[in-house]
This record gives sequence, C-alpha cells and structure tokens, in this order.
Amino acid sequence: MDSQSHKMLPDLDQVWQWLAEVPDPEIPVITLTDLGIIRDVRLEDDTLVVAVTPTYSGCPATSIINLDIETALRARGIEKLRLERRLSPPWTSDWLSAEGREKLRAYGIAPPVDGTAADGVIAGRIARLTGSGNLVIACPFCGSNHTERLSQFGSTPCKASYRCKDCLEPFDYFKCI
Amino acid sequence: MEASAQAVDRAAFFEWLCRTGDNTLILGHRVSEWCGHAPALEEDIAISNTALDLIGQTQLWLEYAAEIEGEGRNADNLAFLRDAGAFRNVLLVERPNGDFGLTLMRQFLFDAYHMELLRALQSSTDTRVAEIAAKASKEVAYHLERSADLVVRLGDGSPESHARMQKSLNALWAYSGEMFMDDAVDQAMADAGIAPLPSSLKTGWEATLRHVFDEATLTIPEASWQHKGGKTGVHTEHLGFLLAEMQFLQRAYPGASW
Repeated sequence: MDSQSHKMLPDLDQVWQWLAEVPDPEIPVITLTDLGIIRDVRLEDDTLVVAVTPTYSGCPATSIINLDIETALRARGIEKLRLERRLSPPWTSDWLSAEGREKLRAYGIAPPVDGTAADGVIAGRIARLTGSGNLVIACPFCGSNHTERLSQFGSTPCKASYRCKDCLEPFDYFKCI
Repeated sequence: MEASAQAVDRAAFFEWLCRTGDNTLILGHRVSEWCGHAPALEEDIAISNTALDLIGQTQLWLEYAAEIEGEGRNADNLAFLRDAGAFRNVLLVERPNGDFGLTLMRQFLFDAYHMELLRALQSSTDTRVAEIAAKASKEVAYHLERSADLVVRLGDGSPESHARMQKSLNALWAYSGEMFMDDAVDQAMADAGIAPLPSSLKTGWEATLRHVFDEATLTIPEASWQHKGGKTGVHTEHLGFLLAEMQFLQRAYPGASW
C-alpha cells in the first residue's frame, strides 16, 4: 500500500467532520464533538495529531473513545495518526454543544445548567448542605421544575440521579464540572 | 520535562508523587470494596464513582512518578508490583472500612484535606502537577460535597447513627494528624514551589471540619497522640491484606493484560 506521505494530506475540516460522526460510547446519542472532548486536530509533518481531553480522570470510556477515534480515522484512510491526551484546561460541561444539549434532553438526560459545579468556595458548598439550593433541574420527560436530587452520582461519572415529583420518573442529570 | 523538575531533587520529587498517588490509590481501592455491598443503591453507585475518580487520579500521579524516577517503570508497575514497605500513603487511608459510618468519616476527613491540597497545587511551579490538580479538584469537590452532606445527615440523625458517627470520628482522629506532618521531602517540595507544606493546609481543613461537625452535632476529640509512619513506608498490617487482594492478579499471572 502507498504510504500516506504519497497521498493527499487529510483536510482538517474534513477530519473534524469525521470526528463529529463518532458517538460517545456511553451516551451514543451525542458525538465526541458534541461532548467537547476533542481539543485540537493538527498535522505534524504528515502525522495527524488529535488531542483528546478526558471528562473524568477515571472514566472507563476514555480508552474506548481513543479506540473509536482511531478506528474511525483509519477507516477513512488515515495511516499516520497520533492521539494526544490533553489535561489542561480541564474539561468542563460548559463545552457541551447546544445541539448536544438538545439531543441529551430528547434522550431523557437533563443537560447541565452551566455554572453550577461543586467546586465553589467551601463556604458556599457548606451553605448548600442542608438542601439542594435553588438550582432547578427540569424533568426531561414532562418539563416540570418540581424535581429532587437523589444522588450527586449516577450511572456514569458524568451524571447525577434525579427524580421528577410530578410525573414520578427517575432521570439522569448531566452534572456540571 | 517540566522546568522545575530539573531544579528539584528527583528522588524527593518521586517520593512526593508516590505519596500523593498512593493516597488516592489505597483510598480508591478501599472504597471500591463497597461495590455491590453499600446500604443503598445510590450509595453503591456514589462510592464506586468516587473510587473510579481516585483511581483515575492515581494513574495521573503515578505515571508522572514513574517518569520522574526514570527507571522504565510505569503507573501499573508502581501500583501492582511494589510491596507494602514501598507504599507512601498515610495510615488513615489504609484503615479498614468498618461500618458505613466509619467509611464515610474516613472519606470526609480525607476529602477535606484533599480539597485544600489540590487547591494549593493549582499554583504549583510544576506545570504538570498544577494541571493534574486542576483536573482532580473538580472531582474532589463532588466527593467532599457528598461526604460532608452524609456526615451531617448521619451525625444529626437518629441516636444510633449519631453514636456511630461520633465513635467513627473518635476512632479515626489519631490517624488524621499524619496528613499535616512536614518532613524533609515536604520541605524540598515547598522550597521548589512544587507543593505546599502539609502543615500549611491544616487551618483550612479545620475550618471545614468545624462547619460540618457543628451542623452534624459531632464533637472533635481532645488533642491526642497521632500515629505516623505511612509516609515513610511504615504501615499497619492492614495494608498487606489490601495489597494481597489488589495485587493478586499481577502476582499470580505476571504481565497479564486484557
């Protein structure tokens, strides 16, 4: 087979398009670009470099995501490829695309309410301890604001568990970090 | 290589990275022992998520430790192929789980310290340390929120839950001081601007404890003698049993991977 250096180098916009078709392995309704974890796509000489940031440092999906990126790009004929882990700036749920948020809602996962992460000052956090504060998470099924938090944690590292007090459905909230 | 790693004694830096990564590794393994056994499904999920975060952070710290050491080891080698005497975690995190109250109290005492540490490390002169800390602090904020919340609910709960939480605090208190003891390694890190002196974190930690224990109606025990040794590899017998389980597969089937 011809080496990649004899071929046309891949167009970076095209690579972004390809990555925008790769679903998240845990929440397949959104793609890797919806999640905001692809931080950079560039060429170093004739090697394509894709920088990926983890959502949570222990997220088990991270290695599958890397495998999926590699599989998708190899299938498009990319031979010289390097994946790069990028820690800084750390991933934030603010990077979820507007489109991704709507896809999450339609799928039954309440999208994050930006700016409500747990890493505020200690005093603020302590003040919130007795209740869930004034943060309102709308039920993705019936739209009611009459919901309650069951746990700060959920079925994947990026989600918290909620329940709707009107339609009584339990649901996931994509938590803010 | 990060610039400041050149200026600081590499052996001390390796030692400090092992301390930091071993704390998250051993506590992460300890809380993972609850997976499938926690008293409620939500708690089982929460504690397993916490374990996952801590193990993820361990990979970042120990991977860097192995690079600084420069002997060709990696994070897995450090986690699975060192014996107890080479581990540098504080004694608190190797304490057995006990009942759920004891597990939560241990978690809260550590989370409150961990939050202070990671906040300070974000201004480390070592870029990689600062980046790992910035990443980890977002996760640890959730750990602290949860453990503080549950300490309040159980401390200020039924007479039974209150008694168990107070007993847990009394039992663990003598293991909390080691987190704030400075030694030559800590001094070298502080001189290089890589990490704060552990003693400098105590005021913030105590403030968090006061807030939470006041609300939880729990009483901090009188100042007492404090155990130490974990940071220099002198451990209790509990660590050996933990490692026997955690390292079994790599010991029985060296190099196994999947």
